[in-house]
Amino acid sequence: MERSEPAPIAARAEAVRSAIIDKGILTAEAFDGVVHLGTEEWKPENGARVVARAWTDPAFRARLLQDGTAACAELGYSGAEGHYIVALEDTPERHNVIVCTQCSCTAWPVLGLPPDWYKSPEYRARVAREPRGVLRELGLDLGEDIAIRVWETSAETRYMVIPVRPEGTDGWSEDELAALVSREALIGTALADRPPQD
Amino acid sequence: MDGVHDLGGKHGFGPIDYDTKLPPLHEKWQETAFALMIATVALMRNHTADAYRHSVERMRPSHYFAATYYERVLTGVATLLVERGVVTHAELEARAGGTFPLALPVADNPMADLPPQPKQRFIVGQQVRVLDFHPRGHTRAPGFCRGRRGTVLHVAPPFTFPDASAHDGLQRKEHTYHVEFTAQELWGSDGGMNESVVVDLWDCYLEGVE
Repeated sequence: MERSEPAPIAARAEAVRSAIIDKGILTAEAFDGVVHLGTEEWKPENGARVVARAWTDPAFRARLLQDGTAACAELGYSGAEGHYIVALEDTPERHNVIVCTQCSCTAWPVLGLPPDWYKSPEYRARVAREPRGVLRELGLDLGEDIAIRVWETSAETRYMVIPVRPEGTDGWSEDELAALVSREALIGTALADRPPQD
Repeated sequence: MDGVHDLGGKHGFGPIDYDTKLPPLHEKWQETAFALMIATVALMRNHTADAYRHSVERMRPSHYFAATYYERVLTGVATLLVERGVVTHAELEARAGGTFPLALPVADNPMADLPPQPKQRFIVGQQVRVLDFHPRGHTRAPGFCRGRRGTVLHVAPPFTFPDASAHDGLQRKEHTYHVEFTAQELWGSDGGMNESVVVDLWDCYLEGVE
């Protein structure tokens, strides 16, 4: 049988949505609530807050490294895809970077939903095999003496990277520090931003 | 399954389109696909994402790579809803006003025969090897580490075993371990110096090494 081109993707999405709602499985309001979580509640600004707190509060840092899930929950960040959060602390000698080669898992409550580049077949295929080259291609040129650990999100652990605190930020507030931590720094394809030079 | 989704270490992929400004959901239908995925996972037995992940893995390879991430999400979700009898394929195509490609069926005998390991068998610092097993159904042991030897860095709590959960198999939980493999162990002489990969692996995927 000749098969025509698939219906447009938006029409296919609406077909499933309308079927689910018409059958009473989910209300339109519940739908909107889930979208709100994904777009407004789960975001990398949460992870940046966690990092800034770890940089300024040694006791919090210790708790974060001991039990990431509980430490993130202290700041109100918990829930789906965040039931077992492990924080990976970068040092001058070791850099951490996260991937999910088989699908595209991230710690939603602290990193947000994954960005398109993280979900791309190119990143998923390449970063485990050639991390140093991939990071260089993405603008992060690490010296050969820095060890790189790639963390494959294959089970239920969800990771976040604690980047090295940039120099020149002594005495900065938590808000100022959090602004230096991008989504990419939490994944490990970037460092924390450096303070602007005068 | 040794499917095309199991991308880690595969050759032949080009540059990464590294757009760091684009929000994760940047089109309306993507929001819909995302919410449908959450809703469908909640409908599944065990309320795990395993059956959902497997539904995406079962997409035709040509469709898998042609589709964007949220088209894969939508295809997997629609496949599960049809397979579970929530909606018929014909109804979805009627509502969509055109064809609606779904994933392929689950394989016969999808699960490998891996004995349950309810107790923690390994400790931090121990050498382990990943079994060289090849189930036709869902698994979360990436192909690139099967048969390879690594070191346990961390013991995580017991979590639902996905190979069974995805196929409505016997509900079981096992510890997972963060196992570090050197780049040379995984990629031979092609592995970079001072590089390693840490994979989070269920207990029954592993065996101890002297």
